[in-house]
Amino acid sequence: MDLFSAPWPWYIGGPAIAVVLFLLLFAEKNFGMSSNLRTLCAMAGAGKKTAFFNYEWKNYRWNLVVALGAATGGFFAANYMSSDGVGAIHQDVVVQLNSMGVEGAGEDFMPNAFFSNDALSNPKTLALLALGGFLIGFGTRYAGGCTSGHAISGLSNLQLPSLIAVIGFFIGGLLMNHFILPYLL
Amino acid sequence: MKRVALYFSIGILFGITMIKSEAASWFRIYEMFQFKSFHMYGIIGSAVTLGVLITQSIKRFKLRSFFGEPIEIPSKAKLVKAPLFGGIVFGLGWALTGACPGPIYVLIGAGYFPLLVVLVFAILGTYCYGVLKPRLPH
Repeated sequence: MDLFSAPWPWYIGGPAIAVVLFLLLFAEKNFGMSSNLRTLCAMAGAGKKTAFFNYEWKNYRWNLVVALGAATGGFFAANYMSSDGVGAIHQDVVVQLNSMGVEGAGEDFMPNAFFSNDALSNPKTLALLALGGFLIGFGTRYAGGCTSGHAISGLSNLQLPSLIAVIGFFIGGLLMNHFILPYLL
Repeated sequence: MKRVALYFSIGILFGITMIKSEAASWFRIYEMFQFKSFHMYGIIGSAVTLGVLITQSIKRFKLRSFFGEPIEIPSKAKLVKAPLFGGIVFGLGWALTGACPGPIYVLIGAGYFPLLVVLVFAILGTYCYGVLKPRLPH
């Protein structure tokens, strides 16, 4: 198995995330990416009017550095470590998505219909991306964390609120995937 | 400066992991919510299993950081409504865009620039939460 150019199986990907958690904890930090969104609001001066953003955001600049590293890693992996293509997507899913007009499952990393740079000129796609982004930003801060802060860090620390949040993630995700998305695509 | 380089390197590892494991792939998230593949469950399950071992070892054996200090792991606020309602709202956005807050940066770096729209509106969503926080059930 060529870990450099081929997609990683789950038993490499999951432990690699645990290594990220390990490194951040031993660097005296916590793994949680959504708090960057709050930091960006505070940086822009939202703390002047809203108490929620009035805090020492400078103490969280380290996490923006992690985000910058994440973008760099994404650039590197997509451009230099993806020559063997993507992993197979279940055939039922491929057929189902094709019937809804979403092509590229098992061939591309992302559906071009939404994420190619041409998609930016489609008003409907823009509206869906904007709606999705808003829900992500609002929901993660309301929940107090996202997949990294709750599902990985919080569950690893045996936190009940994190279990509740992860259950919420799946309630929302299943609702969108099964009952709303078919009407939006 | 050394620490900044460390955080940046950890970010790079995270970014590579999100692409190579395909946890940042819209198709993988769609497939996960269709329960058609073990892949995403394997990733999250193995990460959490190892994460529990790491976190509980730190607490039990009072392990020290790379810099020789005690490691403090904060508890989450003991709430029910906020993680449930907020979790549902995030889940809706996750299944729609296929992106969590981490992969947003990773995908922008990978050249999927429509994620910039997701990022801008995620910041706006966080801002709106901050403004509405006093009126929401927690």
